[in-house]
Formats: sequence, C-alpha cells, structure tokens
Amino acid sequence: MDVELRGITKRFGPIVANAEIDLDIRAGEVLGLLGENGAGKSTLMNVLCGLYTPDEGNIIIDGKPVTFDGPGAAIAAGIGMVHQHFMLVPVFTVAENAILGIEPTKQVDYLDLAAARQQVNEIGDRYGLQVDPDARIEDLPVGTQQRVEIIKVLVRSADVLILDEPTAVLTPQEVEEFFGIVRSLRDAGKAIVFITHKLDEILEISDRITVLRGGRVTGYGDPKTLTEQRLAEMMVGRPVRFDVDKAPYNPGDLLLEVRDLTVLRANDEIAADHVSLEVRSGEIVGIAGVQGNGQSALIEAITGLHRPVDGTIIFDGQDITNVSVRARHAMGMAHIPEDRQRTGIIGDFTVAENMALNSYYDERYAKGMSIVWPAVATHAADYVADFDVRTPSVHAKASQLSGGNQQKLVVARELSRDTKLLIAAQPTRGLDVGSVEYIHGRVVAARDEGDGVLIMSSELDEILALSDRILVMFKGRIVAEFDASKQPVDRNAVGLAMAGSAPRAAA
Amino acid sequence: MVAVQNISRQTKIGTPADRRARIAGIVLIGLALFVAGVFSAAVTGDATFRLSRPTDVWAVPNLVIPAAPFNYIVAAILAFLGARQFLRGGGKWTTLSLGIGLALAVCAFLVWATAGKAFSLSGMLQATMVRAVPLVLGAITGMMCERVGVVNIAIEGMLLAGAFTGALIGSVLGGVGGLIAAIGIGGLFGLILAALVVTYRMDQIIAGVVINLFVLGLTSYVSSQVFAEHRFLNNAPVFRAFKIPVLGDIPVIGPMFFNQNIFVYGSLVMVVVATYYLFYTRMGLRARSVGEHPRAADTLGINVYRTRYINVTAAGMIAGFGGAWFTLGSVGRFDENMTGGRGFIALAAMLFGRYHPVGALMAALVFGFADSMQQKLALLRTPIPSEFLAMAPYIATIIVVAGVVGRTRTPAAGGKAYIKE
Repeated sequence: MDVELRGITKRFGPIVANAEIDLDIRAGEVLGLLGENGAGKSTLMNVLCGLYTPDEGNIIIDGKPVTFDGPGAAIAAGIGMVHQHFMLVPVFTVAENAILGIEPTKQVDYLDLAAARQQVNEIGDRYGLQVDPDARIEDLPVGTQQRVEIIKVLVRSADVLILDEPTAVLTPQEVEEFFGIVRSLRDAGKAIVFITHKLDEILEISDRITVLRGGRVTGYGDPKTLTEQRLAEMMVGRPVRFDVDKAPYNPGDLLLEVRDLTVLRANDEIAADHVSLEVRSGEIVGIAGVQGNGQSALIEAITGLHRPVDGTIIFDGQDITNVSVRARHAMGMAHIPEDRQRTGIIGDFTVAENMALNSYYDERYAKGMSIVWPAVATHAADYVADFDVRTPSVHAKASQLSGGNQQKLVVARELSRDTKLLIAAQPTRGLDVGSVEYIHGRVVAARDEGDGVLIMSSELDEILALSDRILVMFKGRIVAEFDASKQPVDRNAVGLAMAGSAPRAAA
Repeated sequence: MVAVQNISRQTKIGTPADRRARIAGIVLIGLALFVAGVFSAAVTGDATFRLSRPTDVWAVPNLVIPAAPFNYIVAAILAFLGARQFLRGGGKWTTLSLGIGLALAVCAFLVWATAGKAFSLSGMLQATMVRAVPLVLGAITGMMCERVGVVNIAIEGMLLAGAFTGALIGSVLGGVGGLIAAIGIGGLFGLILAALVVTYRMDQIIAGVVINLFVLGLTSYVSSQVFAEHRFLNNAPVFRAFKIPVLGDIPVIGPMFFNQNIFVYGSLVMVVVATYYLFYTRMGLRARSVGEHPRAADTLGINVYRTRYINVTAAGMIAGFGGAWFTLGSVGRFDENMTGGRGFIALAAMLFGRYHPVGALMAALVFGFADSMQQKLALLRTPIPSEFLAMAPYIATIIVVAGVVGRTRTPAAGGKAYIKE
C-alpha cells in the first residue's frame, strides 16, 4: 500500500505546525522522518493516523484521496501507529491489549479471549514477534511492550506502520533486535515510517530520508550518500558540533561520598540497593542505565528529595544523609532535576520568579521578610542573557518557553551562584540538538572550573560524550564501572552492562 | 577497566510493611487483652443462638455456647496471632491475621452480649442481607463509574433521589411505577454527573458534592413543606418478601438469600450482571480501558466520552434502584436524609471489594452485618448505650478502610477529565 501526503497544513491557533508538507510512503520501504522536537513530525503523523484533521491538503492512498474522521477510520484504512509513549493498558494482558477496539466476540457480547490469544500467536509466528499472550503489560520489560505495540498494529492488518521515536526507551542491544524486526516487516511488504532525531539510527535503518524543520520539509536524502553532519545541518539549519571539548582530566578532592545507600520506592520495592559511589572535584561521573533501574531514586536521595532507609551520604566532609534540601543547596549542591516540567520549573510562574525559586531568601533577592521584586527581575535579566534563555521577557510565563529554553532556565538558576557539586538528571532529554550542545558545554564548563559533576542519563551517547568515569546501574545496583578519562569506552560493553549481562573483563 | 561492586545485604531494612505488621500485632494483642478482660472475666451462663424458627421445614437445633470459656479461647487465639505478627509477621499474613482477628473479636462480642439470653442469629443474617442492599448497589454504581475513570461521590445523592422519587411516584402510581421512576431519576443524575465532568470537565469531587447537596436540599424541602401537608403523597406501597421454593427452606442461608423482596434479588442479580459485563464482555473491556488509559482507547477508535456517558448514566440507574429500597423496599415513606451516609459507606464497600462486584457484595455484607447487629443488639439490653451501637456501621467502615483494605489498585485514569487533542 502506498500513501501520499500532498500539501498538508495544520495550524493550532496562530502556530503553524505543518506547512504544505509532501510525503511519499511506499510499500516495502522504510521512510526515515527526521526532525528536532517541535519540527512537526508528530503533528504530521497524527494527521496521518486520524487524530488530527488537516486544515489543508490531501491524503492519497493507492491513488485515491481519503479523509479520516477519527483514528478508527485510519486504522480501517490500514494505517497503524506505534506511539512514542506506549498506548497500552498496563493492567490488561497482551491479548486484551492487542484486540482492544476490534474484539472477537461470541453471543451476548462475550469476549472471545481464546481467539485473541490465537491471533497474537499467529502474528508472532509470522513476523518473529513472540510474546506470551497472557502476560500482563506492566510485568513486561519495555522492549517487549514495544513488540506488543507492533503486534497490536499488525492484528489490525495495517500495511503502513508509523514508528514514533521507537528507540528512545531501548538499550543499544534492544535497538539492534528492534531493527531486525523492522527489516522483517519491510521485507514482508509493509510500508514503514521511522520517526527519530537520532542521526546514526536513521542512516542505518532507512531506505529514504525526509527532514523536517519548523513545520516544513527542508530536505530529502539517500542514506547511502548522506553523512550525519549533513543531516544535522538540514535538521538544525546550521552546522552542528558533536564532540565536546574538555580540559584534561585532573580530579581534585573527594566531594561526594555515598556509602551503601538503599532507597525504597513508594510500594516498598528496593529502588537503589546498597549503592556506593564517589565524586571528586573536577570530574564528571556518569550514571548509565535503562530507565527504571533505580537511578532516579538514587539522585533523589542524594539531593534530599527522598529519604534513604539505609546508608550515608557525605558531601564536602559532612554527613548530609538527613540534612534538609535547603541546607544541601546552601552547601553548594546544584540540582538539575529529571523532569523539568514537573520538578524543574513552575509553569505558571514567570521566568524571573522561577529564577529566584531556589534562593528567594538570600540577600540578592530579599530584604528582611520581603522579596525585592525589582532585584529579582534585574538578576533574572542578567542570567537570561548569560545563559542564552530565549524568552520574550523575564515576566513571561515559564510554560510559554520551548523545552530547550525551559531547561536553560533551570541550568541558569542552578549554576548562577557558587556551586561545588552539580547533579544533573537527564539534562537534555527531549531537547533539540542546539540546546543539547549548549547544555553539554555548560556542564563541562562547571567541571573545568573545579566542580564535581554527577550526571544521570538513559542516553548512552550523552554519558559517553561527557563522563570521566561511568557507572552502570541495573536493578538498583551499580553493576559495572568504566574509566573513560584516558581512552574512549567500548560502547558495546556499557550497553551489555545496562542490559544486566555479566560485564566482560575489558582492557 | 571493569570493577564490579561488592554487594552486601546484611542490613535489615525497616520497611513500611514491617511497620504495618508490627502495628497489626499491637492491635491484635490489644484486642486479646480486651476480650479476656471485658468479654470473658465477668460473664456467666451460656449464649444461645437460634438458627431457625419453629415453623421452618427443616429445623436446626440452637447453637449453645458457654460464654466465658469461648471468649477465653478467642482471647488466646488473638494473642497468638498478635505474637506471630512480631515474630515473623509481614507480607500477606498481616491483612489475613487482622481480618481473622477482627471477625473473632466480633464473635466474642456477640457471645458476651448474648450470655444468659437467646438471640436469633438467622434473623440477624436475614437483616444483614437486607441492610446490604443499598450498599451493594451503591458500590456497583461507584465501580461502574470509576472503571471508566469517573470518581462518583454522588452515590449518596443518587440513592436519596431514588428513595424520594420512589416514595412520591409510588404513592401516586403504585410500587412498580415508583420503582421505574426511581431508576429513571437515578439515571438522570448519572447523566448530569457525566455532563458536568465529561463535557464541562468540572472537578469530579466538587461535581459529586454539588449533586449530593442539591438532592439533600431539594428532598428535605419538599418532604418538610409538601409531604407534611399532603400525607397521601408520601405513602407508597411496599414490595413484600416472597420465598423462592425449596431454596428458601434451606436453614440459615434460605431466609438470608431466598426469602426476601425484589430489591435483595435485584441486587444479587446486579452482582452477576455487573461481573459479566465488566470482565467478560467486549463493552466491559472497552469501559475498563477508558478508565485505565483513555488516550490508548481513543487511538484505537473507542469513543471515550460516549463510553463515560453511557456507563455513568447506567450506574446512576442502579443507584436509583438502590435508593428505592429505602422507601419502596422497607417503610414506604420518605424521611429527610434517610440514606444517612449509606452512599459513602457504599464507596468504602467498593474499595474494600477491590472494584469487583463480588468483592463489593462481600464488603456490603460486612457493613450490613454491623448495621443489623446494632439494630438487634438494642433489643438485648446490653450495657452499651444505643447511641454507641448505632455508630457500629460507621466504625466498621473506618476500621475496614484504614486497617484491612491496605493498598487497593484504583483505575489509573480515575478523577481526571479526558481532553481530546
């Protein structure tokens, strides 16, 4: 089945998310769709799968124009989407999820789960996607959940599969396995749209590439002749640097010492299990790991947001295990939290207010019990200029800023004072290449000035690019440590450790 | 260079589960001391429980229990369970021990209250089922709503509206007409709730409170202003009990389940129907998907709004039927605020029953037991003031919700309005 999009335009109020986009999707081919966040990839795909109605333009399937009045119509036409955030009901089984919306039934509306299981098994056998149909989704690892998403689309006999950022949640090994599945689907004659912002992946898997920027198509390409550098230029609109310049590794005094730290989740499961680590001044320690292996709990315990049940945290010579967040902050700990929307900023506060959130009480901002608002505004204006936060004014609401500028705002707030230790959790998640470049530069600058840096990320490339030492967390424990200060670390070895395989004795 | 960290697991971790186990142990030992000291020490004679009436086809001999020895044994078992919690408590045993312990303590209390007298156990169980009716139906109402992601705290108001309408229309058109009208008014308030929270995205708790207050105010006004003047408007016929042949003659169980009125049978049927609907049908699967992950349901072409409207309205009709029990099923007359918080106890029964109709029935029977116990014990002239006995259903609710329920898994999208992109 071939699908053509012709002149698709979609507006949200004054914002044009898609402007006159043309796209060709052909059977037996993987189309790579590349673009930064906000480039309009997801909007375009939501138009294609019937969630949005385009303001202008046509969708043409096998030569005939069609209109979709909802997701149901697109599914019926053979278009299936695997969403970036899985659309699976966690408490349902694989079979229940696979058939939801097109359930086989017997009399009195009786749900025929035996038929559902059989469908799942058939699809699994045909495309090499074996999953236990009676397993509950919430008990399955992320990679398997993704298979269920694909099975779900195939059960609906889709001929066009849209994969929205499918590799974001996978380990490097799982990505390889996933590419195998994508190729077998392509060889079975399915048309596949592969959406990503990762350059190496799109070059590896695609047969053709289309690049979007600012809601428009800015380039077409053949992956055989294109380079990452050229793709990045098409995506960002200017040349981009990939490597990070760092001063030579010169660690100083011991700054942070974590001993046998054990942290529980809300449901009493052990999140971090007797974790010990050290951070010295002038070094970047990276914590790698697939999301959900206890890194977040570890970071929350170190920054004081979550009380550990066991272990000690020593910062700058003092035991801070049970010390308040504010005291930690006053000692020179800076924290870029994992989820900027929820814990990094207050969206309804202005940029200036957000800038003062962590030190509204110090002499820069306060006189006695009252906050000096003019001082807040002038300082905020300085930091906005210093850290290149693009905002109409310091009095704009933080929620109006783009993701990259929100994150720059957080970085500005945390680093615009004398710090000793920077703790950054997923500092560039979901950011465009330009913002990533900027924030990485700031993190390295902090290290070169003598701060200790503890960085947690599920993006292995980020960890590899920044870290002097790499720790890998798996199921709450640190399972491997790599020294990255002298020579580059073997990416594959880290990937294996992230997946929980016993680490090999590498050089 | 790879260095694997040495992992030590010696330290004992004081988890909240351990703490819970210890608290349960303290509660159990406290109960043991109380049973031994109050219910066993100063009690003499036998407690006689009647299990059948003399007119029954199959008569069952009375259950005669020597009060003091029985209660000492109960105290010993409670002490054992409590001590066990400290030695190796935790896990699934905590909830189970606590449940068994509370049940035993209630038995000890009954034996103590009945010592030297006779008491109709089968009569109390029959009343238990009767009193459970609005609770089961209310719990199923709440469950049908929460399973599609709508928190319904307006059950109280829907019950009250059903009770009022049943009395008013029943007085004019007769019992069946009143029943149909009550179901209709319940459905109307379900529809209003759905409109407020689905279409207008009002906060679900506030919408529920608004309905409760509106119904309470309106029915109280009409009952004090209109019914006081025109008594014939508040004098509806009552649905009588009818015995199901053979089944109704089984001792103890028979009178409890098979010699009752249409409301009891209706609620038992509703338990079966709701279980089938929610867990064995296509519509039920879709409804639950809407309550767990509405966006996923939406991407699969399931209409989230329509599903919520239909289920909340149908749930309201069930509550309307349950409300009619208060008037058409028992006294035939409406009194101000006669539901007395049963709608909220039904919410507790829903939680205790873990969002499953059969669980809700069990939970409702527990609360119904507390309710009928306070009513029957008032006849036994225990030293406990009747005002305290009247608190029994509410105390049972607090104990169950705080202590025994533990963590219930609620539908993930509950309480949140779904905004289509």
